[in-house]
Amino acid sequence: MAEFAFEPEPEIRLAPGESAKAIEGKSPWRIAGRRFVRDRLSLAMLALFLVILIGSWLAPVYAHHIAHTDPFVSNLTGTTVVNGKRVQVIQAQSGGLGLGSIPIGPTWHSNYFIGADNQGRDVMARVFYGGKASLQIGIVSAVICTLVALALALLAGFFKGWTDSVLSRVMDLIWAFPVYLLAISLATVLLTKPGGLKWGPVTVNSSSLWVPTFIIAIVYVPYVYRPIRGQVLSVREKEYIEAGISQGASNLRLMFSDILPNVLSTAIVLLPLMIATTILTESALSFLSIGVQPPNASWGTVIEDGQSLLYSRPLVSIVPGVMIVLTVLALNVLGDGVRDALDPRAKVHVRE
Amino acid sequence: MFAFIVRRIIGLVVVLFAITVMTFLIFFATPGIDPSRQLAGRNPDPATIAAVRHQFGLDRPLPIRYALMMKRLFISRDLVSYGNTAVKVVPAIVSAAPVTFSLVIGAAFLWVVGSILLGLVMVTFKGRWVDPFLMVLALIGISIPVFWLGEMANLVTQDRLHNTFLFHWVPPLGYTPFTQDPWQWFLHLIIPWITLSILYIGFYARILRADLLEIQSEDYVRTARAKGLSPRSVLVRHMLRTSMITFVSLFGLDFGVLVGGGALLTEVVFGLPGIGLLTYNAITSLDLPVIMATVIYGAFFITIMSAVVDVLYARLDPRIRPA
Repeated sequence: MAEFAFEPEPEIRLAPGESAKAIEGKSPWRIAGRRFVRDRLSLAMLALFLVILIGSWLAPVYAHHIAHTDPFVSNLTGTTVVNGKRVQVIQAQSGGLGLGSIPIGPTWHSNYFIGADNQGRDVMARVFYGGKASLQIGIVSAVICTLVALALALLAGFFKGWTDSVLSRVMDLIWAFPVYLLAISLATVLLTKPGGLKWGPVTVNSSSLWVPTFIIAIVYVPYVYRPIRGQVLSVREKEYIEAGISQGASNLRLMFSDILPNVLSTAIVLLPLMIATTILTESALSFLSIGVQPPNASWGTVIEDGQSLLYSRPLVSIVPGVMIVLTVLALNVLGDGVRDALDPRAKVHVRE
Repeated sequence: MFAFIVRRIIGLVVVLFAITVMTFLIFFATPGIDPSRQLAGRNPDPATIAAVRHQFGLDRPLPIRYALMMKRLFISRDLVSYGNTAVKVVPAIVSAAPVTFSLVIGAAFLWVVGSILLGLVMVTFKGRWVDPFLMVLALIGISIPVFWLGEMANLVTQDRLHNTFLFHWVPPLGYTPFTQDPWQWFLHLIIPWITLSILYIGFYARILRADLLEIQSEDYVRTARAKGLSPRSVLVRHMLRTSMITFVSLFGLDFGVLVGGGALLTEVVFGLPGIGLLTYNAITSLDLPVIMATVIYGAFFITIMSAVVDVLYARLDPRIRPA
């Protein structure tokens, strides 16, 4: 007779310095929550991320009630008050030949706090609005990407055979393209269509934030698909799936209530890291002027606006860049914290 | 091993073919897009559009258009840029390649040396303040957008501190070919090398640290310690060599991605006339043939590099060699 070894897999492992008593009899999610709450650094980074998120969502409040400007309208002849004196926003340049003009520098007052850009727009207000667009694109595209990858990985890993071959080959093909070049190809093709894109009943304006969102979501699908598909394949061979099949459970039931919960933690670990990556990608595309289109602003477009002012008004480039670094850093630390909480020994990396 | 290489080459050819088809479809068959309108430049008149459509055979069936395009790209190599019809696309890429190679090879050298040193220091000082401090530093390194870091480097070295003893040696932005003046070539590339390598130093150091910590509890490491080898010898000669397997395969892929177009942002910020800058200029003037050619070039390079890595990996680690 064959021997059956029913060795339970050590799915829940102890974190360093954690006692077995502390996690005894608790559900995996409760254990993860407990670990996460004790992780001071991750909590601090979560708080930082939430502050940036909420602050960015208050962009209209900042623009209308604090800065009193409309950061989307150029203001070449406008004035502002500095130290009780009324000054031009775009000033004639005193140095050199005296022919050029230069936007006002930081006033350190509510109006034009860190100065104006070449079109006389309030840069601080644009950074707020830019954060709103950058975070929205980053979060939405990471979520879409993860959901699509999750669905495809479930299909491929569950049905195996030719479904898996076809899906995996398509993913390999997308993977073969450098992320930026694929995004650049899609963006140049999609953004240059005058009058927006029309696909049947759907019309997308080319200045819509959905264009960069979808482009970024598509290019990263293989990066999430690969690790999850591997996991689905291994979970698929577990005894409880066999038991489900023998009891006549439907495919949908097996996929969604038996396999999905077991691979969800990988998707959750990947999510903050994916958002960090998508925010960086969005800023790079916008910097190359093929991401967020005017009149919208994102951190990347503000940095691009500041490029020509780099030596004269460096704050225009510095401030949005610092915001990107803080946000991405918070998300990277958060991703590490979530990973440690869910599985202290897993190795998950997201790459650009 | 021979059969493995043959299989890998067949797979490679299939993927390369698929890449050209996909790129072609993105540029010339996206629903709702009229390529001739884009090829004709900004605000073209109808006559120009019609001329372009005929010149590119865009009035012919899709498979024929694909074949024509590939013929001009690979066989006759006379595909021309739209911004400037005197510029042939393939020679332009070939002449830009040395710049990109110079940038990436130097940065790769820095990031390999830098990340190995950083990884070793972090593991050696594990449990003391140095390790978490360097971890945070590495995390910050991977969180900085490379184009912004480049701008900040320019701000400091070209403007704010340029007239001090620190950075007065930094030449203006641009590139000098190695064959023309090796010293100027070196000076022009130092700041771009450092900028490009910071992200990768952070990334590789973190991976190396995790790898080394995992290897630490392996039997052969304990054996080496039990034999009385010095800690340094155990770390460098036994542990580091094992973790180099992961390191080398990652390195091959990243190197491929950077040469294949990943260094685009660095080239743009520092005005280095490599393939990335060629692509960028093509984007700003909507020069579709150039963009398509650079994308195909990049994807080709990356795919071929990853095949080479696979074969090397099989040589390095016999365990994964398929029977």
